[in-house]
Amino acid sequence: MNAGVITDSMNRDFVLAVEGLTVSFDGFKAVNDLSFYVDENEIRVIIGPNGAGKTTVLDLICGRTRATTGSIRFKERELTKMKEHEIVRAGVGRKFQNPSIYEDLTVFENLEISYPKGRTVVGALTFRRDGPVKERVQEIAETIFLADQLDQRAEYLSHGQKQWLEIGMLLIQDPELLMLDEPVAGMSVSERKKTAELLNTIIKNRSVIVIEHDMKFVEDIAHKVTVLHQGKILSEGSMAKVQADPKVIEVYLGH
Amino acid sequence: MFADYSLAELGSIFVMQGFAGLILFSVFVLMALGLAIIFGQMGVINMAHGEFMILGAYVTYFTSQFFLHFLPSLFNIYFFVAMILAFFASGALGMAVEWLMIRRLYKRPLDTLLATWGLSLILQQVYRSVFGPREVGVELPNWMMGSLALTDTIEVQINGLFVMGLTIAITIAVALLMYKSAWGKQVRAVVQNRVMAGAVGINTEKIDRNTFGLGCGIAGVAGSAFTMIGSTGPTSGQLYIVDTFLVVVFGGAQSLLGTIASAFTISQAQSTMEFFLSGSMAKVLTLLGVVIILMLRPQGLFVIKVRR
Amino acid sequence: MTIPAPKSGRTFFLRPQDLIGIIVLAILLLVVLPLALDNFRLQFVGKYLTYAFVALGLVLCWGYAGILSLGQGVFFGLGGYCMAMYLKLEASSVENTKIQSTPGIPDFMDWNQITSLPWFWEPFRSFGFTTLAVVVVPALFALILGYALFKRRVGGVYFAIITQALAAIMTILIVGQQGYTGGINGITDLRSLHGWDIRTDSAKTILYFVCVGLLLGCILLAYYVKSSKLGRILVAMRDKEDRVRFSGYDVSSFKIFVFCLAASLSAIGGAMFTLQVGFMSPSFVGIVPSIEMVIYTAVGGRLSILGAIYGTLLVNWAKTSFSESFPELWLFGLGGLFIAVVLIFPNGLAGLWQSYVAPRLGPLFGGAAKRRAAPPSASPPASGPVAPAAAE
Repeated sequence: MNAGVITDSMNRDFVLAVEGLTVSFDGFKAVNDLSFYVDENEIRVIIGPNGAGKTTVLDLICGRTRATTGSIRFKERELTKMKEHEIVRAGVGRKFQNPSIYEDLTVFENLEISYPKGRTVVGALTFRRDGPVKERVQEIAETIFLADQLDQRAEYLSHGQKQWLEIGMLLIQDPELLMLDEPVAGMSVSERKKTAELLNTIIKNRSVIVIEHDMKFVEDIAHKVTVLHQGKILSEGSMAKVQADPKVIEVYLGH
Repeated sequence: MFADYSLAELGSIFVMQGFAGLILFSVFVLMALGLAIIFGQMGVINMAHGEFMILGAYVTYFTSQFFLHFLPSLFNIYFFVAMILAFFASGALGMAVEWLMIRRLYKRPLDTLLATWGLSLILQQVYRSVFGPREVGVELPNWMMGSLALTDTIEVQINGLFVMGLTIAITIAVALLMYKSAWGKQVRAVVQNRVMAGAVGINTEKIDRNTFGLGCGIAGVAGSAFTMIGSTGPTSGQLYIVDTFLVVVFGGAQSLLGTIASAFTISQAQSTMEFFLSGSMAKVLTLLGVVIILMLRPQGLFVIKVRR
Repeated sequence: MTIPAPKSGRTFFLRPQDLIGIIVLAILLLVVLPLALDNFRLQFVGKYLTYAFVALGLVLCWGYAGILSLGQGVFFGLGGYCMAMYLKLEASSVENTKIQSTPGIPDFMDWNQITSLPWFWEPFRSFGFTTLAVVVVPALFALILGYALFKRRVGGVYFAIITQALAAIMTILIVGQQGYTGGINGITDLRSLHGWDIRTDSAKTILYFVCVGLLLGCILLAYYVKSSKLGRILVAMRDKEDRVRFSGYDVSSFKIFVFCLAASLSAIGGAMFTLQVGFMSPSFVGIVPSIEMVIYTAVGGRLSILGAIYGTLLVNWAKTSFSESFPELWLFGLGGLFIAVVLIFPNGLAGLWQSYVAPRLGPLFGGAAKRRAAPPSASPPASGPVAPAAAE
């Protein structure tokens, strides 16, 4: 379902259109009149100094924080009016900054819960762990290098493995828009390499928004980079363009 | 229900019931202040708070007995001595409890709730075994007796006025302590970022113990005030715990001002309705109203929107 | 110890060790206790078992989903009052009450100058309606409450305090409206069910077995819920609520479901209490009984379905024997239990069983030894000093 039709590049619909997005916390505008557009199959990286509002943008898109004003349209649906689980079901997946997995459950169960079936109370009560479920879990587990850990309690995984597991939990939902918050933070060098590899395979055929600090990593994957500063867009464009932007240099080096 | 009364009578009723509500309000505020400090600042649910209050009440009772028998000439001022003793007795017990029990339970608020409930049962039984099951009352010094006639139809009791004045003084002292003193700054630092507070040299364990002790000490003072409006028995404290928790939650746990405003609202609503309805229905309606408002506004009335 | 091996494709929802555990419990309750105890003592066990329904509900609601309700007594009471209203109407036939100024209504109404049966009593003339009401009324009440609170993300200690306040409100209301509810004395002097005298020893023995049967049925239900995907979602929710929400689940509806289920279970217990003990009163509704019911679950092990039953029996047995001989000591004991179960053995009996008994029985019985163990898929909600009991 995510393969999508490659439309004429001149006449494309944006997968995600954020327009005039503002949120204020007790007067403080964490995101201020923000607009940006994400294409089908585009990989967009958001960078910016701490407190620039990067995570807040993801929170706003997935409904965790409610916008004060502005609109977020995802495939012609207005997300700002939808509940979190409806947004997920519409095809938006979100990975949190710290690995957010169910420590008390096994790797298998972690993935199984994310499998997009039986999401209602009755559905969950009557859910059967049948062939397709097991196959899909197995398939995902192989992708995220955890095929031999399926029966392991997630609590006992390493930090990197937990990050992969959460990525796998998103993957099994097969979202059209995938949002990753610092997917390689806190990883060892070898884990980081493997993760980059993993991300390169999973970002195919879907739109991705990534928040990342690791510039090497950003350069490798980004189609387009958005630089946020104090809740506003400072610069946007290709990595090379952004890196040459004097405003960006000022913000990163001037402080 | 208003039809049977003339307008002037209604006015007097509201003022007098309002004043009766103010005494209830004072006890609520003193109870809730301690609880708000413990819950709001430390995240601990202290179900034994009522028993800390009752300890203060017993201390007050025994101080009054002591003065009556040994220092009758100074009986007029026994209450001030009792208050200080009550503060330190309840505070010391609170610090001991923090050290033995609570400090092992931070970050497990539901478990503190169960453990402190257990503590409250034990304390109740201790009071029953040591002080006897009978309810006791204090004798008031002469100057606190009687009432003040404001108009022909409106009278207020002096001890009520005294308790209110006391409440205001203690509230101001607590506010100053929490928001102006260096110690209060340390407490708030620990609340906001425990690790960082520790890193800049604040002894977080000591702060925890003292904060808990302070909250319990204020409960002890509340107990002193309580002796003026009710008699003290082993289980008297339990009657107040649910109301007090509602006061704290209703006000928004981290706001002292909210606590006071909500104590005022709840006590006034209850006291005013009590005149027209039976006491039990007044209580039901008050509690129900609070619960419904909490459903509409779960963070309490006075909490600002914060970034998650 | 691993989870229900994912690859084995379980078709039956009970693991072998669960099945053995249930059979052992069934033999204990249906054979051993009836043979070993006299009628009087057996009736005590029957009464305790009605609380076990509440404890069972709390395992799902508190242990698994992390929702601590301090108002389960309300649901126990609702179920109990529904049944009591039916029985009271049957006991208040016109010929039984002809000395009253208004014959045919319950005696306490007559004492309170009420001259006709209130409308909400009327449907309780039907046994069918009553049976339905026992399960549905508390569930509806829980639904409304759960909807209002969980949709607005009220949880944790706030939920606990609000449910506790409701327990207080309910008690005050029942005591205050004595013309409609029987007041502080409750609804007493219940005699017969469909003409069958429930006060005789033989009737009480039969009711004991009915109670055990229902309890075993509810235990199976609880196991089914636990082993379904819903059970795992509850654990997941307790751990990382946001992650569940952002996996496409409407978290509140799951909380509402488990809260309603716990309410209905408690209510069945309440109805069985009324039938076996012969009255229902506000003293089973308020703050104190409600929080005591939590301790039954905690002592049994908040994550163990069978543990909750043993916990209930043990605490109540201790309560009865202590309060008979040393009434002062009981409060110390109960208070100490609250503290100990939180500080020292947070997994309760089930945790102790798993740590000390099961490993020794293991070589003898194989898998059977793990029967009362806490489910491995879940350690208590709180991390900190709680050691994962299931780690083997």
